[in-house]
Amino acid sequence: MTNIPVRFTVNGRGAEASVEPRTSLADCLRRELKLTGTHLGCEHGVCGACTVVVDGAAVRACLMLAAQADGSDIITVEGLSNGDELSPLQASFRKHHALQCGFCTPGILTTAHALLTEEPDADADRIRDVLSGNICRCTGYIPIIEAVLDARAAYGYVTGEP
Amino acid sequence: MKPPRFDYARPDSLAGAIALLAAHNGDAKVIAGGQSLMPMLNFRLTSPRLLVDIARIADLNHISAGADGVRLGALVRWRDIERHPTLAKLHPLLVEATSHVAHYQIRNRGTVGGSLAHADPAAEMPGIAIACDAQIIVVGRAGQRTIPAADFFVGALMTALEPDEVIVEVRLPPWPGERHFAFEEFSRRKGDFALAGVAVFYDLDGQGRVIDPHIGAIGVTSRPVRLNAAEAALAGRAVDEAAILAVAALADDGLDVAEDIHAPADYRRALLQVLLERALRRAARLPDAEQTQ
Ligand SMILES: Cc1cc2nc3c(=O)[nH]c(=O)nc-3n(C[C@H](O)[C@H](O)[C@H](O)COP(=O)(O)OP(=O)(O)OC[C@H]3O[C@@H](n4cnc5c(N)ncnc54)[C@H](O)[C@@H]3O)c2cc1C
Ligand code: FES
Ligand code: FES
Repeated sequence: MTNIPVRFTVNGRGAEASVEPRTSLADCLRRELKLTGTHLGCEHGVCGACTVVVDGAAVRACLMLAAQADGSDIITVEGLSNGDELSPLQASFRKHHALQCGFCTPGILTTAHALLTEEPDADADRIRDVLSGNICRCTGYIPIIEAVLDARAAYGYVTGEP
Repeated sequence: MKPPRFDYARPDSLAGAIALLAAHNGDAKVIAGGQSLMPMLNFRLTSPRLLVDIARIADLNHISAGADGVRLGALVRWRDIERHPTLAKLHPLLVEATSHVAHYQIRNRGTVGGSLAHADPAAEMPGIAIACDAQIIVVGRAGQRTIPAADFFVGALMTALEPDEVIVEVRLPPWPGERHFAFEEFSRRKGDFALAGVAVFYDLDGQGRVIDPHIGAIGVTSRPVRLNAAEAALAGRAVDEAAILAVAALADDGLDVAEDIHAPADYRRALLQVLLERALRRAARLPDAEQTQ
């Protein structure tokens, strides 16, 4: 069980690590790259807290080996903001009070970011459907859906379209 | 919850993958999307010495349709089915049933081949394979073989695959445009595994009578099944409300219905009947009883 080298682009920058083959992408990001914004809740795919964006697609980082992601372009929650400046999606979460304890928030933000990047016109039903894979125990989903709907303009959705 | 230790290999050819599997003699496992295997590893329900990642083997992610039906490569993901421009026309039952599989992030990685090989009793794709008489194409050290779906699913999480075999493709027979069909399932939350599900399809003769009905069910027994008694009762009939009730009453006939922490067996039997009623009404394009009452 020798370590294996992995290389990715993470939030626009090259990164590399040497990991045990069994290391999940989530553990690699958190422990090797010290990007602890990616949270781990259940480690079996049901809570969504660990969601990151790999080559444009939102994925569970607890259900992907770091080795499987070798060579990929990865966005974590740390990659959404510009330094201390919140992204429009993050600002919308603040405006709509779409978080309380914040444990689920990184996974919800990365999921919503991937969704709106691909589907800036996602409606409330679609957003609800997609976020069914993310468990939030404290905020309640209504402000979260409102925050995502409100952030669509920043992804190119023209308000007033059907 | 961390997985046990294992080695990892990412061969770039099918032959390379098969050689690794064969050399480990049952102690190696394929990993495709990882969406079922990783939870199994994290729970330590399985502890292979080697994972063989097939995700970057070329030519396993095709979706094609022709006179002989629809072919899906083993690496086709739920996302690819959902977004395919013509599949909803070519095989609407497949597209509808797999729209119930899991959540957004899991759909971005989970594959058709992984679902068939994992053989969860409640999974939609194995249910469609059984309902449609699919052929599963596998390749191993001894070459290629074609396994009819009816012989493939042996029990819960058990299939006819040999340890050195890799699923490469699943073939669904052609789907006539005029076919009557419906898929119905119940799960406690959208995207979770179904407590039960039913797929129905049939064609009609000139007098509006059912020809060759296929009724498949998931989540009720240790593997996906055809509802033979219900199929026999539906064959040759015109589908009116009386026929629907008579057929649905036979839904669980002869089945060894499973009981687990999610539902007692009696609940599952009742659910199966209700789902079959709903599916038969939708397939016949009749209004749902609950809406008309
Ligand atoms: C929270 C959650 C909810 C889910 N809900 C559903 C649901 O509602 N319905 C549903 O159907 N599924 C559901 N799934 C499972 C999901 O659909 C999986 O993607 C699928 O079952 C397995 O596909 P995979 O590519 O991820 O396979 P993997 O996890 O990579 O592999 C699964 C098994 O198949 C074997 N295998 C994989 N590919 C091949 C191949 N080509 N040849 C031979 N063996 C192979 C592996 O060795 C392993 O034993 C859910 C998963 C999660 C985590
Ligand atoms: S930690 Fe990955 S889904 Fe819960
Ligand atoms: S904000 Fe606390 S879990 Fe969602």
